[in-house]
Amino acid sequence: MARKQYYPYLIMTVPFFILVVLFNYVPLWGWVLAFVDYSPGRSIADSSFAGLKYFRQLFDSTSDFRLVLRNTLVLSFLQLLLTPLPVILAIMITNVRKRWYSRIVQTVTSFPHFTSWIIVYSVFFAFFSIDDGALNKLLYSTLHWIDEPSNLLADERYSWWLMTFATLWKTAGWTAIIYIAAITGIDQEQYQAAEVDGASRWQQALHITVPGILPTFIILLLINIGNMLNIGFDQYYVFHNALVHNRIEVIDTYTYRIGITELNFSYATAAGIFKSFVSITLLFAANRFSRLATGHSIM
Amino acid sequence: MQHIRLKPGERAFDIANVLVLGLFGLLTLYPFYYIFIYSISDPMEALRGVYLLPRGFSLDNYRQLFQEQNIVWAFFISTSRTVLGTVATLIGCTIFSYGISKPFLPFRKLMYGTVIVTMYISPGIIPLYLTMREYGLYNNFLVYILPSVVLAFYVILIKTYMEDIPREMEESAMVDGSTAFQTLWKIILPLCTPVLATVAIFNAVNQWNTWVDNLYLAPTPGLQTLQLLLYAYVNQQNAAMSMVTSASMSQHAIVLTPTSVQMTITFVATLPILLVYPFMQRYFLKGIMLGAVKG
Repeated sequence: MARKQYYPYLIMTVPFFILVVLFNYVPLWGWVLAFVDYSPGRSIADSSFAGLKYFRQLFDSTSDFRLVLRNTLVLSFLQLLLTPLPVILAIMITNVRKRWYSRIVQTVTSFPHFTSWIIVYSVFFAFFSIDDGALNKLLYSTLHWIDEPSNLLADERYSWWLMTFATLWKTAGWTAIIYIAAITGIDQEQYQAAEVDGASRWQQALHITVPGILPTFIILLLINIGNMLNIGFDQYYVFHNALVHNRIEVIDTYTYRIGITELNFSYATAAGIFKSFVSITLLFAANRFSRLATGHSIM
Repeated sequence: MQHIRLKPGERAFDIANVLVLGLFGLLTLYPFYYIFIYSISDPMEALRGVYLLPRGFSLDNYRQLFQEQNIVWAFFISTSRTVLGTVATLIGCTIFSYGISKPFLPFRKLMYGTVIVTMYISPGIIPLYLTMREYGLYNNFLVYILPSVVLAFYVILIKTYMEDIPREMEESAMVDGSTAFQTLWKIILPLCTPVLATVAIFNAVNQWNTWVDNLYLAPTPGLQTLQLLLYAYVNQQNAAMSMVTSASMSQHAIVLTPTSVQMTITFVATLPILLVYPFMQRYFLKGIMLGAVKG
């Protein structure tokens, strides 16, 4: 191929490629911060080398990091326990005989996925806040079923459950749609054959649908396991308050608070790097385990 | 209609199925409905509790909201980043994908691979923060736009779509002496409308909903998005319950409550999503399918 012919295509790609490098790869130099005693305003070259000091600090007895790690793992684990629910939802939706009804259910339940966590927080606040929440209006002020207004959003006994419920509320409908797509991909002849053999719909679900969507389920599960420490920033930042801090602070929000609020850049970066490494290790381990056990892999 | 007579067990299953699904549907639908009817209720009346229908009817909440300078400005910022961000992403991803879809392009594998790997690595908050400062993008509107000009997932979608276009289509154009850009513009783009519509809608919804960059890369009040404004508002309300009273243009005092204002901002922030949602439904399954195949 003569040079002239690929020249225009290089002009199309190289500038955007540089943009990608600038915003995704160049910032990686910042990882150096975790290994030096950096303070804002000074240049990195002037900062003295600190070795693994900040990584050791993460696991000091004085550090909150262990608490944060526990919260992250507990919340991720609760989410992992719920992974079968969207599958069940998808099977239920595909078993509805009236088309319009299943369409409405799909449309309505997947909507929260497309709103931000701030909207979700505002919705939860509208229902659960102690001052003017709909739940307290109904149960306390109107029906007098409870003796004192409930304050779910600021009660650390319920935080983990509330967060899990919020995740479920926001994502279950959407995740179900992914499974519905997988169910639609199953060969319809299998169902017809089963019908002829007199299999009930329950048996069909168990023996055709479930095996049919297993690969999708395993892929999503593996991604979730790989992301156990990447539980996300948005949800836990918006639901955070002083009273639930000990239950809701996760690695991402911790990194933000230590770094951006308290300006302890080196320590915060070390926490971030620790998270990335564990995530990658988990992802590879889960992938390897899956390939050995089931033959399905994601990479 | 079904002609097969159902066994009693099957019927029971059907009924239970429909009921449970209906319940779950209500659980997601009612909160948004509640917020809407609260926002159009009379603010004082609403304090007694709103359940199935609005209490009284008043648009004072909305009227007042659109007189608050900072709310109108936040709405403007959110709209701007949504529109400009989506245009930039469409241009960037389309041109890049077209170039990268050419098998004879030098460094093709390297460039494509480098873009795809960005889905799996993240520099983290602090490194990003410091780098944006270095670039001069801190507290700069462009920080909402530039980092998302080329996004891996969209590149996968568009490139895959372009590769399925029969090669003869563009070859005949090339023979007629059209340049690469002309071919992209006149031949390829019209054929790619479905995938570009998918990307546009997804990206617009993302831009509208994103606020974390606002939080730590552009904290100046002049760049506040509607999302973060809503969050600040809910939290203020969390801290102190106080009545908001303000004189309206028509001389009589409008009394709003913090909750009624919160509901109204929430609804305004949800409305754009609600409006594009019917279109998304048409496209998002396609998006998932393509993503599942290639991702």
